[in-house]
Amino acid sequence: MAVTGPRQTSVCRDCYAEFSDARQSCTQCRSIRTYSHPQLSELAVAHVDCDAFYASIEKRDNPELVAKPVIVGGGKRGVVSTCCYIARTYGVRSAMPMFKALKACPNAVVIRPRMSVYAEEGRKIREMMLELTPIVEPVSIDEAYLDLTGTEKLHGHSPAISLMALQRRVERELRLTISVGLSVNKFLAKTASEMDKPRGFCAISAEEAPGLLAPMSVRVIGGVGPALEKKLNAAGIATVGDIQRLDAREMVKRFGETGLWLHNCAFGRHARKVTTGGERKTVSTETTLFEDVSDAAALEDLLWKLSQRTADRAKAAGVDGRVVNLKLKTASFKTISRQTQLHAPTQLAQSIFRAARPLLAKETTGAKYRLIGVGLSELSPAGGDALDLADPKALKRAGAERAADVARSKFGEDAVRTGRAVRSQGPKAD
Amino acid sequence: MKLQIDRNHLMRALSHVQAVVERRNTIPILSNILLQAEGDRLQLTATDLDLEASDAAEAKVGKAGAITAPAQTLFDVVRKLPEGAEILLEQKENQLALSVGRSNYALPTLPAGDFQTMAEEAMPVSFEVESAELRRIIDKTRFAISTEETRYYLNGIYLHHAKGANGNVLRAVATDGHRLALAETKAPKGSNDLKGAIVPRKAVAEARRLLEDAPETISVSASDSKIVFRIGEATLTSKLIDGSFPDYQRVIPKENGRILTIDTKAFADAVDRVATVSAERSRSVKMGAGDGKVVLSVSHAETGQGVEEVEADYSAEALEIGFNAKYLLDVAQQIESKEARFEFNDSASPARVLDAEDAGAQYVLMPLRV
Repeated sequence: MAVTGPRQTSVCRDCYAEFSDARQSCTQCRSIRTYSHPQLSELAVAHVDCDAFYASIEKRDNPELVAKPVIVGGGKRGVVSTCCYIARTYGVRSAMPMFKALKACPNAVVIRPRMSVYAEEGRKIREMMLELTPIVEPVSIDEAYLDLTGTEKLHGHSPAISLMALQRRVERELRLTISVGLSVNKFLAKTASEMDKPRGFCAISAEEAPGLLAPMSVRVIGGVGPALEKKLNAAGIATVGDIQRLDAREMVKRFGETGLWLHNCAFGRHARKVTTGGERKTVSTETTLFEDVSDAAALEDLLWKLSQRTADRAKAAGVDGRVVNLKLKTASFKTISRQTQLHAPTQLAQSIFRAARPLLAKETTGAKYRLIGVGLSELSPAGGDALDLADPKALKRAGAERAADVARSKFGEDAVRTGRAVRSQGPKAD
Repeated sequence: MKLQIDRNHLMRALSHVQAVVERRNTIPILSNILLQAEGDRLQLTATDLDLEASDAAEAKVGKAGAITAPAQTLFDVVRKLPEGAEILLEQKENQLALSVGRSNYALPTLPAGDFQTMAEEAMPVSFEVESAELRRIIDKTRFAISTEETRYYLNGIYLHHAKGANGNVLRAVATDGHRLALAETKAPKGSNDLKGAIVPRKAVAEARRLLEDAPETISVSASDSKIVFRIGEATLTSKLIDGSFPDYQRVIPKENGRILTIDTKAFADAVDRVATVSAERSRSVKMGAGDGKVVLSVSHAETGQGVEEVEADYSAEALEIGFNAKYLLDVAQQIESKEARFEFNDSASPARVLDAEDAGAQYVLMPLRV
C-alpha cells in the first residue's frame, strides 16, 4: 500500500492503490472501482450514510427478501421508515404514509422495525468510525459526520483511503453497505454522500462546489424544507444557481439572516464544525394513530403515555430539556407544532405532561388527528430535580416518579402505573 | 360637549389613565379614551376590558356631553402643548376639535355609548391604607412577578391578609418559581377580609404609577373577582387573576443554619461587576462563603473570568452556591438596611434573604446548579 509520495489523484476502492493521474481501472488489481479527484488527498470532512439501513439489515438477515421490495415501517397507519432500493423504483420514499407506499408498490414486504437490532448494528458501525477519528458526530442511528483532519500520519494514508477501508470493513464484517461523501465541510460532505448512493464514494472540493451545486434544487441545502422552498420559489429562486446569481446583500434584504446563510451555502461555505457529544438536540416520541382521533380525553391519555416514553428516553440519555414540544398531525396531514418553555429543565414525565397538556387543550377543538408526539429540546446534562418555589409539591411528585422508575426497572414496565392508564390520574391539575 | 381646560390639569389626568390603553387593538373603541364633561369636571376613562382607569380634572364645562377619542393621539398632542395653555375641547359632528390659540386639531371619535365600562358590583372588602406603605410593599415584590404564561396565576402580586410575626398584616407575595419576594404592612382596619387577591402585573404597574402622586391614604376595595384602588380622584378597577396562588409558606426555609451578613451596597456592587463576564443566558454567579468573606466568581469559557472578594460576617462551614446574578441584584436592591442577612442550608437548597430594617420582608432564592 503506497503511503506517501507525489500528490495522488486516483485511488482504487478495492485495493487502495494510488495513482498520480485519473484512472478508469486499477492496474494493480484490475478493479474498475477507481475514484479520481484532483484534491482527493486534501479533503478530510466526511459524511457517512448507511444505504437503506433498516431494509438492508432485514435483507441480510432473511435472504428470501433479497429480490423483493422491502418496506420497514409501522402498521397500516404508520409511515415508511426505510425502504430498499427495489421499493424505491416503485416510487416509495421514507416518511411516506404506509397506505401511499402500498398503493405505489402493492407487492412490497412490510416489516415492523426491529429497533434494537438496528441500534446494535449502528453502534458497531459507530465504533468502527471511532477507530478512524475521535471526532464523530452522529446525526442518527445510521448517519454521521467524521472529521479526519490530521489522521494521515496515524493511519499512514489519506482520509479518503481510511474511509474506503471503512466501507470495505462494514461490507465484510456486517454485510451492509455505506456511502461516503468527502469534502471540506459538513454541508458539502453530505451533498457528496448523496451523489453516488448506494455503496458510493464521492468527493467535492471547495473550488468545484459552486459549479456542482448550481443546477441543484435549493432543497439540497440542509435546512431548506418545503416551507422555505416555497418561499424561495415564490421569489423566483428554484436552484442553488439562482441564489449564486444574487448578491449577498440582496439575499439578506429579502430573507434576513436566513438569506446570508443560504448565500454562503450556495457557494459551499458552511461554518459548522463536526462536533462530538452534546449534539443531541431533542428527545421525543410520537405515534401515528390507528384511527384519527378528535376526543380530547383520549388524546390526553396518549399524551401521558408519550410523556412517559419521552421521559424514559431522557432519563436513559441522562439529559434534561428546557422546552417541551407538542406535535400533532391532522387527518389532512397538516403538522402542528407547539412549544412551551419550562420553569426549569426536566426529564420527568409529569413535568413534560403538565407543560404539554395546555398546549394540547388549545388544539383539541374538534379537529381529528392522525399523529401525536411530545418531545424535549434545549437539552442539558441531567442535573437533578429542582425545587420550584411556585410548586411546593413538585419535589414530592418527582420523588414518587423516581421511585416508580426504580420499581419499573426491577419488576417490568407494568409494575407501577400512575393511574392515568386506569384513567385520569396523570398528575392532576392544581 | 364643549369645555375649556387647563393643559396641565388635562395632562395630569390623561397620564393617569392612558397607559391602560393597549397599543395594538383589534377593536377600535379600545384605542379610545372616554371623555365625559359634567358640572365642573372632565372625567377620563380608559380600558383594556380587564383593567379600567379613570380620573377627573377641573374644567369649565360649556356644554355637558360624552365622546371617545384616540387615547394615544390625544395624549401626544396635549403633551406637546405648552404648559399653562387653556385648551378648548368641542365635539363637532363626528370629530373632537381641540384648539389652543393658533393650534387647531380635529380627532376622529366613536360614540360614548360604544365604550365598555366595567359593571359596578358589591365590594365586600374595603379598607384604607397609607399610600407610602402600599407603594413600599409593591416595590419590594413586583420584581419577582412571573411572566410565564402557562402559570398565569403567578403573573401578579398575591395581596392578602395574614398573621405576621408581630400581629396581623396586609401581605404582598410574588414568585416566578426561581425567587420569591414577600413584603407586608400592619393590617389596615377592614383588610382582614381580604382572603387573597392576585392582582395582575399591569394593574400593579398602573396602581404604582398612580401612587407616585397620591394623597396620604388611599382606599382599596375588593370582591372575589375585582379589586378597586381609589387614589385621590382617580379610580383603578382590575379583574383579579382567577387561580390559586401556591402555598408559599411551604417553600420559605425558616431553619437555614448558615448565616451570612454582608454590607448590602458592597455586595450589590460586586455582584454587578462580576456578572459582567457571565454568560448572557444563565448569568450564573458562584458565591463562596468562607471565614469572614464572600468570594463571588464567574468563570466562562468564552466570556472570561472574574473574582470579587467582599468582607462578610460568616463563621459557619464553608459553602459554595450558585445564583442568577440578576436575581441577586434584584434582591440586594430591595434591602433597605446597611446589612443584608443571607441564610443558607446547602448548595442545592433555597436561601432566604432578610432585611434588618424591614422585619416583614423576606426573599427566597433558588440556587443554580454550578
